[in-house]
Amino acid sequence: MKSSPFVLELREVSKHYPTHRAVTKLDLEIARGEFFSLLGPSGCGKTTSLRLVAGFEEPTSGEILLNGASIQHLKPYQRNVSTVFQNYALFPHLTVRENIEFGLRRRPQNHIEKRVADVLDLVQLAGKEVRFPSQISGGERQRVALARSLVLTPDVLLLDEPLSALDPNLRKQVRAELKQIQRQVGITFLFVTHDQEEALSMSDRLGVMSGGELQQVGTPEEVYLRPRTRFVASFLGAVNWIDDVGVRPEATRIARAAPNSGIRSHPAKVAHSTFLGNCLHVEARLAGGQQVVAEVSRFIENFNPNESVFVWWRPEDELRFL
Amino acid sequence: MRRLRAWFLAPSWTVMLLLFLAPLAIILAYSFESRGTYGGISLPWTAESYQRLADPIYLAILWRSVWIAALSTLVCLLLGFPLALFISRSGNRKNLYLSLVILPFWTSFLIRTYAWMFLLRDTGLINTALEKLGLIHDPLPLLYNDGAVILGLVYSYLPFMVLPLYATLERLDRTLLEASADLGARPWATLAHITVPLCAPGIRAGAILVFIPCLGAYLTPDLLGGGKSVMIGNLIQNQFTTARDWPFGAAISLALMAMVMALLWLFARRTPEGLV
Repeated sequence: MKSSPFVLELREVSKHYPTHRAVTKLDLEIARGEFFSLLGPSGCGKTTSLRLVAGFEEPTSGEILLNGASIQHLKPYQRNVSTVFQNYALFPHLTVRENIEFGLRRRPQNHIEKRVADVLDLVQLAGKEVRFPSQISGGERQRVALARSLVLTPDVLLLDEPLSALDPNLRKQVRAELKQIQRQVGITFLFVTHDQEEALSMSDRLGVMSGGELQQVGTPEEVYLRPRTRFVASFLGAVNWIDDVGVRPEATRIARAAPNSGIRSHPAKVAHSTFLGNCLHVEARLAGGQQVVAEVSRFIENFNPNESVFVWWRPEDELRFL
Repeated sequence: MRRLRAWFLAPSWTVMLLLFLAPLAIILAYSFESRGTYGGISLPWTAESYQRLADPIYLAILWRSVWIAALSTLVCLLLGFPLALFISRSGNRKNLYLSLVILPFWTSFLIRTYAWMFLLRDTGLINTALEKLGLIHDPLPLLYNDGAVILGLVYSYLPFMVLPLYATLERLDRTLLEASADLGARPWATLAHITVPLCAPGIRAGAILVFIPCLGAYLTPDLLGGGKSVMIGNLIQNQFTTARDWPFGAAISLALMAMVMALLWLFARRTPEGLV
C-alpha cells in the first residue's frame, strides 16, 4: 500500500453507457476523515459515481484509488468501502442483530459480540436487536443500515441519499446525528444528495455535479458564496439575475430612499411580499422589467404593492463567473 | 350487491359441488361398503378397507411413493433453481426461455412419456447410440426401474418448480444482492444467505406443486416403471380394475388425500403469509 494523503482518488473516471454518458472525466480527491458530499440534480451522475466507487459498476475509463491502490477492477466484496443504500436494503429475513453481523461473519473477525454491542450503542439501537426490519421505524432502519456498514470500519462509507426516505421533520434531526457520528468514528463519508441544504450543513467539502461532470469542488462557503458557474449558483440557492450579475435574495436590500454612492442600486416597484415566518420575501420589478426577490427581516416595516423603492446590494455580494 | 355476488360465485360453486364434493362423497361412501362379487360395491357397511391399509404390503407401497415423490421433488428443485435464476437474469430473453420451459405442455403427457420409453428401452436411441460408439456391449437397464420413474416425474413436473421459483426470484430486490456483496459476501455466500432464504416462498410453492402430483402419479410409474415399480396411484387403479375391490380403492384414495392435506397444513403453518 502506497502512502497517500488521500483515502480515495478518482482520476479521469468516466462511465459511458450505449445510450448516454453518466459520468465524464471525474477527478476527485477525498482526504481521510473528510465528510464529502456529491451534490446535484437527479441524473447528474452522482449516484453512478458512488456505484463506481462501491464496485457495482465498472468505469469505462479512468482509475479509482483507495489508499493509493487501484481498485477499479475489484469486486464489491473485495473493496474496503461500504454503502448505505437509499432504501437501506436491509435483509428482511434477518433481525437487526443479524443484519449488523452479516458483514462481520463474512470475514475472519474476532470480538463480534463486542463490536456489535458498540455500534448498537453508537447508533442508539440497543434493545432492538431481535426485531426484524419490518418491525422498526424508518429512522431506526436508517440507523441499522448505518450500523451494518460502520461496524466493518470501512475506509470510505458511501451514503446514497440516506435521508430522502425519512419524513422532513426527522430529516433535520438525523442530519445532525449523522454528522455527530461521523466526527465520533472519524470514518471518511462520501455522501450523495440532491438537497443543497443537506450538503451545505453537513459537509467539510462538497462537489457539485451536472450532466455527468463535476462543476465545482470546495467548502460549503466557497461553493455558496463564490460559485464558479451559473448552474452552481442557482443549484445551491435562489439567485436574482440583474444585468448579468447574480445576487442572492438575502444580499438584496430594499430601501425607500436612494442609497449612498458606492452601492449598486436600481429603482423598482414592489409587486408583493410574502410572509414566510422567519422572514419576508419582497418581490419587486426593476425598471428593466426583471423580477427580483429580496429576503428581509420581518422586523423591518412592510412594503406595500406598487410602492416605489430602490433595490440595492453591496458589490462584494455579487456572484461573478469566469 | 349481495345478490350479484351470489350470482357471480354460482358457476364455481356448481363446479365444486358437482365435480368435486359430490364424487368425494361417493368415494367416502364406497370406502365404507363391502366389495361386490364382480366389482362394484355391496352392503353391509364396514371399516374393513381402512384396517387393510395398515397391512405392511400397502405401507411399503405408500412409503415407496413418498420417497420417489420426495426424491423427484428434490431433483426438480436442484435442477429448477439454477434454471429459474438464469431465466430471471436473462433480460429481454426471459419470455423466450419461459415459453421454452412450458413448451412440452403443447403435446400430450402420454405421448411425451412414450417418447421417453423409445429413448430408454434396450433398443432405444440411447442404448443404440452407445453400442454403435462401442462404449457398451450389452444395453444398459435404463427403462422399467425406479430411476426411470424418477426421471419421468422430474421431466413432467419440472416446469411446476421453475415457474414459482422464477416468480419469486424475479421479485427479489436487486439492491439486497448488492448490499450483500457490498458487505463482503462472495457470490456463493450471497446465494446461500440471501437469495435462497428470500426465495423460500417460491421453493415451498414449487415443492408442493411437484410433490403432490408425484405422490399420486399413475401413468409415469405404469409406463416407465413397468410392473415392478408400483406407486400408490397404480395400487388405486388396480383396485378399481383387476382386483375389483372398489371399497379398498376408495379407502386408499381418501388416505392419500388425507396425507396430502396434512402435508399442506404443515407447510401452511410454517409460512406466516399462508400458502403462496
